[in-house]
Amino acid sequence: MSKLNCTDFYDISALLTEEEIMIQQAARDFVDNEVLPIINEHHRNATFPKQLVPKMAGLGFLGANFPAEYGGAGLNNVAYGLLTQELERGDSGIRSFCSVTGALVMYPIWRYGSEEQKKYWLPKLAKGEKIGCFGLTEPDFGSNPGGMITRAKKKGDKWVLNGAKMWITNGTMADVAVVWAKDESGKVRGFLVEKGTKGFAAPEMKNKFSLRASVTSELTFNDCEIPAANQLPGADGLKAPLSCLTQARYGIAWGALGCAMACYEAAVAYAKERVQFDRPIGGFQLIQEKLTWMLTEITKGQLLALQLGRMKDKGTYTHTHVSMGKMNNVKVARECSHMAREILGANGITDEYPVIRHMMNIESVYTYEGTHQMHQLIIGEHITGIQAYR
Amino acid sequence: MKIGVLLKQVPDTETRIKLKVDKSGLEEGDIKWVINPFDEFAVEEALRFKEKAGGEVVIVTLGPPRAVDSMRQALAMGADKGIRIDNVGAHLDLFMTAKVLAKVVEEEKFDIVFGGKQAVDDDCAAVIQYVSEFANIPHVSPIETFECSSDLKKATVQRPVAGGLKEIVEIELPCVLGCEKGLNNPRYASLPGIMKAKTKPIAEKKSADLIASGELKVQTAGWALPPERAAGKKVEGEPEIVVDQLVKYLKEEAKVI
Repeated sequence: MSKLNCTDFYDISALLTEEEIMIQQAARDFVDNEVLPIINEHHRNATFPKQLVPKMAGLGFLGANFPAEYGGAGLNNVAYGLLTQELERGDSGIRSFCSVTGALVMYPIWRYGSEEQKKYWLPKLAKGEKIGCFGLTEPDFGSNPGGMITRAKKKGDKWVLNGAKMWITNGTMADVAVVWAKDESGKVRGFLVEKGTKGFAAPEMKNKFSLRASVTSELTFNDCEIPAANQLPGADGLKAPLSCLTQARYGIAWGALGCAMACYEAAVAYAKERVQFDRPIGGFQLIQEKLTWMLTEITKGQLLALQLGRMKDKGTYTHTHVSMGKMNNVKVARECSHMAREILGANGITDEYPVIRHMMNIESVYTYEGTHQMHQLIIGEHITGIQAYR
Repeated sequence: MKIGVLLKQVPDTETRIKLKVDKSGLEEGDIKWVINPFDEFAVEEALRFKEKAGGEVVIVTLGPPRAVDSMRQALAMGADKGIRIDNVGAHLDLFMTAKVLAKVVEEEKFDIVFGGKQAVDDDCAAVIQYVSEFANIPHVSPIETFECSSDLKKATVQRPVAGGLKEIVEIELPCVLGCEKGLNNPRYASLPGIMKAKTKPIAEKKSADLIASGELKVQTAGWALPPERAAGKKVEGEPEIVVDQLVKYLKEEAKVI
């Protein structure tokens, strides 16, 4: 029986199918050969490696857990999770691209779109022929998306959009934006806005110190008219965009493990080689304490993600379970990146090692897709039945 | 076209090889098994040929049950089916291995057979030549290019020879071709490919059912690990003297200059 080709202290491999292990291996090979050799250059220049899109699409990485009839690879959720883990071991920006495409663009079209919308967009998005983005967050409405001020007004057979979205991954390069806006009755509805539509602009947000190899944009709508047929007919209220976030957060729960493993593996290698006071620093108790903490938390995180995936496949999970996975594993990755950076000493701040890049990336992941604290409060609400955040 | 690929599962080249305590063979516990890298070129060339000429690609492997993992990998890349000849309990040398494989090549009536030019575990580079002899079809190995005529009756291949020269060979089908690095760039298995691989059939045969047992021509007498590397020599002192000394060592002892 084959084994996972990654940190696997508790023999998670024994809990996986042959196929799931093959998918992890395939994704890892891709990241080793195609992502790691180029990622520093893109990180330094703050550019997204767009040349990877057709390659990832060709291998079925986009919308990988969608059924084949819509261009997906038909992966179960555990295999999909292992894919996001390996992609994020490469870079959170690459994983973010795939998360947005699958969970935030293909998912809402698949779940809430008309048959025409599905047939037109899903195969093109899966093949990487079209790129999508998801516009929910606004400058003044992050954790509280229900307060959004973007409005959609029906005018004959058109909808007219006005407002602005912020922190939108892929925005500037997207061919289609899934945009959430309130109609005149105050109900949140979803719309597909194509690039080049009059009144729609997507300027890139520059000067980020995190997710530098990913495009982040604003979306602005000034009397932007779209055909009525571009509305997602099945999306009725805030629950629709929140259901998309649940999908994306699931991928992040696994993805964060990839970031944590990359940092842990770099720290272990460094601790064994770096000699101070005539011996490898891995021989010092303070270093061993950190490495032990990292391996233990990664192992716990793997078990959490695996069971979450199995529950998702069975349909017995809730968004609260996903909150715990995202909350815990991103926190673990964030701590691991800090510890690894400490173990690497001065070398930890250069991009000769992947650690500082992961450390800066995970800062975004810690507060996007529901801040760490929002997930704590979602779980707190589940425990007590009392909503603390309103 | 019915395209055959001879595929061997070998230890990953980064594996640290250990011997069993009684030195009767390899300690397999920690070995990561992979497709012989030269066989990956064979799989890729077979798939490319199928894409042009149509037909099917059949992976033929002689090996224990664990070899199925590597066969599935080839199926995930796009091959259509597999035939595994189980060798558990069978004692086969190169000659007998080739007899078994040749029997399958004959039974399957392959129009063309690709294999790696050698397996990186024992580096014998003998089996595909034996197979072509026993199956009574021609072979060329190693090949760096492959081009088939439009009537699919013969192939033109390029073979490196001493002095950097290239030999261009025209060969009639059916034939056996040994694939060399540089022939192509093996594709990654795609995720849909991996999903489909599990439903593709792998037939199982016993080597004893294919050939009568025979006297082994080659017996393994024993196994030994290479000696531990001796410590290097360090030359210290003034640069003028050190350089002379170093050149002397490189010339006379290391014999590299």
